[in-house]
Amino acid sequence: MDANSPVSPGQPAGSFVAAGRGPRLLGGGGTGATVVSSVSTIVVLGILVAIILLAPGARAVEHAFFSPTDMWQSFIGNPRKGYYSVGAAIWLNIRMFLVAEVLILALALLVALIRQSASPALFPIRILATGYVDFFRGVPLILVIFALGFGVPALSLPVASSQPDVVYGVAALVLSYCAYVSEVYRAGLNSVHQSQVAAARSLGLSKSTALRYVVLPQAVRNIIPPLLNDFISLQKDTALVGTLGVIEANKAASIYSETVYNFSSFTVAAILFLILTIPLARFTDRLIERDRRRRLAGGNR
Amino acid sequence: MSEAIRIDDLHKSFGANEVLRGITLAVDSHEVICLIGASGSGKSTLLRCVNLLEPIDSGRISLFGQDVTGPRIDANLVRRQIGIVFQAFNLFPHMTVLRNVTLAPTKVLKTPPARAAAEARALLDRFGLSDKCDDYPDRLSGGQQQRVAIVRALAMQPQIMLLDEVTSALDPELVAEVLEVITELAAGGMTMLIATHEMGFARDIASRVCFLEGGTIIEDAPPAELFTTPRDERTRRFLRRIVQAKRL
Repeated sequence: MDANSPVSPGQPAGSFVAAGRGPRLLGGGGTGATVVSSVSTIVVLGILVAIILLAPGARAVEHAFFSPTDMWQSFIGNPRKGYYSVGAAIWLNIRMFLVAEVLILALALLVALIRQSASPALFPIRILATGYVDFFRGVPLILVIFALGFGVPALSLPVASSQPDVVYGVAALVLSYCAYVSEVYRAGLNSVHQSQVAAARSLGLSKSTALRYVVLPQAVRNIIPPLLNDFISLQKDTALVGTLGVIEANKAASIYSETVYNFSSFTVAAILFLILTIPLARFTDRLIERDRRRRLAGGNR
Repeated sequence: MSEAIRIDDLHKSFGANEVLRGITLAVDSHEVICLIGASGSGKSTLLRCVNLLEPIDSGRISLFGQDVTGPRIDANLVRRQIGIVFQAFNLFPHMTVLRNVTLAPTKVLKTPPARAAAEARALLDRFGLSDKCDDYPDRLSGGQQQRVAIVRALAMQPQIMLLDEVTSALDPELVAEVLEVITELAAGGMTMLIATHEMGFARDIASRVCFLEGGTIIEDAPPAELFTTPRDERTRRFLRRIVQAKRL
């Protein structure tokens, strides 16, 4: 290409550009792309809204699911009329999520480390850990919640059988998610090259010191996106604990709908869950994007 | 001169593949031994065995007169005495250069962090890396990374350094800066066992050169002798190939 070429450096030569304005990926840059993506978004959303609004049963659905009065009433609750506040109940979901998340992060790492261990003495524990992961990844979460919530109290054990239902619910969440998250951890541990361990051990670091300062930090960095993904899912699944009669957001919404014969309470619950999960989802996206850019830029931090 | 390393009839297999077939080698303190030979001749495995990174099948390795291949040996204590530097640097990518160097002294020797940092800075300064302390390894050139790896090993104040083809992964123009560092170490009296493909370097720095083939030491002689009048036909063949490849 000669110095006077009209094509500026970094741009494809003219012959590569398709005639007309081809579609670009969202955020591909340039005002043209922004206009195209905005217009197409409006068109797509408009069609979806039109289908719903023009449906024969649109009025009925609007009243049953989107009645502003019912949404507000279910949000604030009214104990005298026999229903709870969905807005207050979501705090229980948040608390269950936070407690479960901390326990899962710690216990899943333990399970992963047991499964990764090589010591012959740990063989029986390794078998147990493998069995645990296989079992709880295979059994639907709701069955685990039922089993703990109805089974453990029925055992009439001291202490263990006399806990509030929410404890069984959180325990079930922890048991089930731990199995998944331990596999995520395991993938992370495997993603750290063996030469890193060799380098650490050659400096005289013990196995556990090498694990703590060299392997784990790198492993965790690699698995943050999948971990956050599992936690978005966990946030929603706290709703399943309502099946034990615990008044969390979904249960409160369900009670409202059974009392008042209007489903708008579920819409409120859905909106509240979205308010919880969307920020975490966007945060995960940003981490993934940052990680991708870092790799592409040859590892710039 | 006291004996730093003594290896007797060392055997090591990976599965059915016997990589070391009876290595016997003695290294005195302050000696620099270069191991040469084609890839797969067992040089790297030998170094990894000396550092106890690979369990051996039979034979004996003694360091400063003490058998380190016995069953009741604390490998971590042994490794403190021996620094090893790898072909691929193996720096810790999630730590700054300074932290790479201070990790082992603070965690293993329990050196107070401030003192470990001061010692690390002094070492990095000595090898021209003082302005890289706060950088992450991936911001450094290969030559700089390998020098950091050498400093990281030196920070443990080892009695012996093992260098495993430390220039093989470097661009040609970066080889010299690393070799300079090693030359300086040799001048300072460091006992070293060096696996290398840099024949010119081996000739200049080594007290003795060992030629390995098929997991045995074929020839062990001072460089002047081994490179000019090799006694074994296999050594001569290897050196001819090296000369043809313009590496000597």
